[in-house]
Amino acid sequence: MIYFDNSATTMPDDRVLDTFIKSSKAFFANPSSLHRLGIEADRLLARASEQVAELAGMSGGTVVFTSGGTEADNLALFGLARGNRAHGKKILVSAIEHPAILRSIPQLEKEGFEVGTIRVGRDGVIDLADLADQLTSETSVVSIMHVNNETGAIQPLEEAGGLIRAKSRAVFHSDAVQSFGKVAIPVSENGPDAISVSAHKIHGIEGSGALILKKRHGLEAILFGGNQQEGLRSGTVPVAHAAALAKAMRLAAEEIGRAPYAEWRNGLVRYFGDFDKVMVLGAEENAPHILSVAIRGIKGEIAVNALQEQDIYVSTSSACSSRSRKESHVLQAMGVPDDYRHGVIRISFGRMNSERDITRFKEVFTTFMETIERV
Amino acid sequence: MMYHEIMIRYGELSLKGKNRNVFIRKLRDNIRRITKDLPSVKVKSEHDRMYLIADEGREIQEALERLQDVFGIQSFSPAVRCRADLETIKETAERILSGMDTEGKTFKVEVRRADKTFPLKTIELQQEMGAHLLPLFPNLIVKMKKPEIRLLIDIREDGAYLSTKTIQGAGGLPAGSNGHALLMLSGGIDSPVAGYLMMKRGLKLDVIHFHSPPFTSEQSKEKVVELAERLSAFGTRIRMHTIHFTEIQQAVQDAVPSALTMTTTRRMMMKIADRVREEIGAKAIVTGESLGQVASQTLSSLSAINEVTATPVLRPLIAMDKLDIISIAEKIGTYETSIRPFEDCCTIFTPSNPATKPRTDKVIYYEGNADFGPMIEKAVAEREVIVLPLKKDDDPFSELL
Repeated sequence: MIYFDNSATTMPDDRVLDTFIKSSKAFFANPSSLHRLGIEADRLLARASEQVAELAGMSGGTVVFTSGGTEADNLALFGLARGNRAHGKKILVSAIEHPAILRSIPQLEKEGFEVGTIRVGRDGVIDLADLADQLTSETSVVSIMHVNNETGAIQPLEEAGGLIRAKSRAVFHSDAVQSFGKVAIPVSENGPDAISVSAHKIHGIEGSGALILKKRHGLEAILFGGNQQEGLRSGTVPVAHAAALAKAMRLAAEEIGRAPYAEWRNGLVRYFGDFDKVMVLGAEENAPHILSVAIRGIKGEIAVNALQEQDIYVSTSSACSSRSRKESHVLQAMGVPDDYRHGVIRISFGRMNSERDITRFKEVFTTFMETIERV
Repeated sequence: MMYHEIMIRYGELSLKGKNRNVFIRKLRDNIRRITKDLPSVKVKSEHDRMYLIADEGREIQEALERLQDVFGIQSFSPAVRCRADLETIKETAERILSGMDTEGKTFKVEVRRADKTFPLKTIELQQEMGAHLLPLFPNLIVKMKKPEIRLLIDIREDGAYLSTKTIQGAGGLPAGSNGHALLMLSGGIDSPVAGYLMMKRGLKLDVIHFHSPPFTSEQSKEKVVELAERLSAFGTRIRMHTIHFTEIQQAVQDAVPSALTMTTTRRMMMKIADRVREEIGAKAIVTGESLGQVASQTLSSLSAINEVTATPVLRPLIAMDKLDIISIAEKIGTYETSIRPFEDCCTIFTPSNPATKPRTDKVIYYEGNADFGPMIEKAVAEREVIVLPLKKDDDPFSELL
């Protein structure tokens, strides 16, 4: 099996599973309990939380463990918008955000917030001039993802942050679900104030993620109950999930820049360059682990099926939308030509891949292209 | 703009005459110690400034955070060092400003010329810089008083240091530069604050804690370890002495009428603390007592308790209100830990009617009912000692995470 759909989800790392099992057995107590077992579970939770903040470059910051990236994004958007109403009711998000952000907009608008979207160029990167134009002193929250899940385009967070700081008091959130452990998140003062991460994108366990903030930034809860996690997310805190997330983040962070993803990606870009019908999407500076290409005149689905017959797994654009027939909002926003737009496949690397997988992929893809030429 | 240097200005210690070098060396060692895990950081000290240099921008960011907690620093600035010639200084200033938002900001150039061989006088350099920069950044508005952007140019023998930001330091004197004392640390809100304030005056601290199992839990001891560890972030390493106090507390209950048990218990603590102080060679005892706050802190109580020793007992909180103490505790990050709800050895045996005006002679009379001397010696000899901060290897979770 060659699994190239790591941006959809990754195979959990044995070391992460090991942490999950050991923590589940040894620290099963409720971390809110006063007895020793509870205290020990709470200490593990506190250490995990510290490590998560540190790895995010936000030492001493606030960590809210969530059920995954979507909840972290929802919490950031609603929690920060509601908590910073006094600053203003204007929110800005990029046009290529994950649906966890974009589909929250109608609800935010119902609550009286005004939401603007920031344009992207053909390279899939946001238009900083458009951001600058739309920022006002009443902008209270800006959310710009770090690496786009469909194209791998890296967004200029530091430059965006500079504009945000200069023109508003807005809290700056970034969905770093695709970037954590692959592309370094800027930690300077212009970097984001808050980021979302998800465990299963970094060889962790599904159903677990976190919102990490430099400080509380007025965040309000969106789940109510026993006031766990300083009231920011009610619900018994899953200690083993928290520990496993911290471990997955450490393993991923240690890999930054070491995995040969860029080499593989560049090799594939050169390889695809030989095909007239194939267009590589996104800029050269894109994240090294995601490569999207568009094939002229066919549906992406056909390529997915053909590769699958040879036990190679890729996806059409993003997994979240690949089963729906709707056109990708990201490709639309980037202005990909019509005859290419339906033939997009995404290849994304992970820890379990090797050089051999790339070679094998090229063989199979060449055969596939020969087949469609004949049709 | 990525900075690679931090210019550190000394506080009060610039005044300290011939002890100056001792103070500077102490400060330098303290800074080196808190940056030990940042491999590219180097610290060098000079007569009136200290410089922290790092190749990694991320380490500079981290150092900027940590320096805020170091005593003996008046202020510090992330800085860029360049060759001390006019052209290079101009270029460097240009680079710094082009990385900043200058739109409509008020601006001033300030020059310090420690190296008097530099060809331009202070005023001349100021004028040159203004004439060069203002046409390049036409949105800057010159303002001499309280400008939003203050470009500081410090001409020194090894180059020119340019900075635009000054961060307030913690003040005080370098921890460990002013002698050694023993802090009585209970786990409440006050004693960590007392320790902090004395460390700020340059004291090196050991701490002593009284533990009465099974009446006090392991968690309440852990809490005190955490507090002591937090304090160690402000200066030198801290040794913590834990005294097993159960036997003595029970003996006090038997020997003394209930209204006086609190006073006697405190006297025993003070005696033990004084014995430990003697063994470790410290010169004073520090407590978090604040006049009138509770029954043991009335003037009569303080006097009856103090009667057991001639050692100076430093009480930095004696004249402070509770709310002011709490606000310092919050600032130094001990408050959240202090308010965790565990029983401590003082609350367990608290009588319902403690004497607020105990008579020392009566207290001494009742204490004659038991032979406390050997018990005290035993408690001192059997104390547990640990050194804080705990090493990372001691982290029981390191394998899991």
